[in-house]
Amino acid sequence: MKQHFRSVVAHACLSSGALLMLIPLAWMILTSLKTFTEVYREPPVWLPQKPMWSNYVEALTSFDFALYLRNSLVVVILAITGTFLSSAMAAYAFARLRAKGKEAFFILLLSTMMLPAQVTVIPVFRMYVSFGWINTLYPMFVPAWLGVNVFAIFLLRQFFASIPQDYVDSARIDGASEWAIIFRVFVALSKPAILTVIVFTFMGSWNDLWTPLLFVHDQQLYTLPLALFCFLSKTIGVRGVQWELMMAASAIVIIPLIVVFFFSQRYFVEGITMTGLKA
Amino acid sequence: MRSPTMRHETLWFWTLVTPALAGFLILTAGPMLASLYLSFTKYDAVSPPQFIGLRNYLFLFQFEPTFWISLKVTLLYALMYVPLNLCSALLAALLLDLRVRAIGFYRTVYFLPAILPATASAIIWIWIFNPKYGILNRMLAAAGIEGPAWLNSTTWALPALVIMAAWSFGGTMLIFLAGLQGIPRALYESAEIDGAGAFRRFTGLAGPGVVGGPARATLFYVLNLYDTAFTYFHMGLASAMAWFLFFLILVLTLLNFSLKHLWVFQDKA
Repeated sequence: MKQHFRSVVAHACLSSGALLMLIPLAWMILTSLKTFTEVYREPPVWLPQKPMWSNYVEALTSFDFALYLRNSLVVVILAITGTFLSSAMAAYAFARLRAKGKEAFFILLLSTMMLPAQVTVIPVFRMYVSFGWINTLYPMFVPAWLGVNVFAIFLLRQFFASIPQDYVDSARIDGASEWAIIFRVFVALSKPAILTVIVFTFMGSWNDLWTPLLFVHDQQLYTLPLALFCFLSKTIGVRGVQWELMMAASAIVIIPLIVVFFFSQRYFVEGITMTGLKA
Repeated sequence: MRSPTMRHETLWFWTLVTPALAGFLILTAGPMLASLYLSFTKYDAVSPPQFIGLRNYLFLFQFEPTFWISLKVTLLYALMYVPLNLCSALLAALLLDLRVRAIGFYRTVYFLPAILPATASAIIWIWIFNPKYGILNRMLAAAGIEGPAWLNSTTWALPALVIMAAWSFGGTMLIFLAGLQGIPRALYESAEIDGAGAFRRFTGLAGPGVVGGPARATLFYVLNLYDTAFTYFHMGLASAMAWFLFFLILVLTLLNFSLKHLWVFQDKA
């Protein structure tokens, strides 16, 4: 009985919290289905009289979604590949290999996590200008190939350090090269950590607004967040901002994220405790 | 026998860290030194930088009113945001640590706002905060409260931005949850190390940049810095602002590390 009461209270607390989390998203979806007149009704109403699915069609056509999606995907895929390769390599080196200067370099790398991006942005901007990288997608993914995601290196290093030496020794006896040891043994045995790195890189890169805002002016190269940002000023019609279209466009950008998150969340929110190798 | 293996390892070590080393030198260390130098120059991005000693720093401290305003706005925001973020994240983590049915669903929902792009969540909140057509004042009215003008009000714009940011407490929540559930050390340490980046990340502030608000009430330090650099092209002055920010973050981080034993004491017992 007491157990039952506790579970009811827990569910009441949890679901009121969940409601608070979901109200803004519900407001987005509901607004995206209203007509322009309904959006500007005073006092505001929650539900549209008839859901206007056509808003989504209009948002998708007045906003070159396919182009921005393509740019976003190019950036995200290249950023993920680069982060994965550069951080797995560095993580293995830091976790398993002996070399003079290793500790000092590792501490230097970690301390760059405190550095605000604003300190380096002006010289980096000048450098990209001299490379001819303004109005290209390079600034959005090349740094990922150069291990700038120090957190990813650290996370993988911690996992790699916990893998028993026997695995390495037997792989060596089988004649495996260092590359094979990294990618066939360490990466294969650290799937949750790798997935965490991939998902975080996906989110950081998919959501990044500042980098394209600074380095891209050509509309053909806009990524989704930047396009959405500029769409805000474009939807100002004669009568005011067309919020129903803004919300439909936002929903279109958000939905892929929610899908990715939904299918991967158990790995980094829940399942991390269940990985086999931890001591 | 030992030395060839050691040499082999050293060789492989430097081969494998080459990308990270190149990134560190080209994208971090080099630009850091360059911006330190630029902070002592007058530089407009067109003509070459001109060395002027400490004049940028003196100008900021003595004559630049927006410098102090933006510093004050940022500190005020932090004073409201940090406690709110910590409390809501801890409360949520405690709830999510309960063993009840459908807990996976709740975890997903609580973490969801943290993954949204700043642009999209800013768009949603602008419309929630709209004094006439937004749902927030509608709900307040239902409770008999006349809501403020939020983003159009000099008093309420900053609290509105705090509410918007507090909505996505998922990252902090995850760190608390990891601690509560005794998640493997490797991950917990990673979360702690990530905490070292917390003060820096705090300067990201894409949300307020998109939302805007009354100029002086929401002039954040970082936005002021970007304006100085990329709207007015006072690159030297902006570099000085960036280095002052770095100095502040360094002090805060060191302070945090040295005070840490005060609140992790029980952990060791």
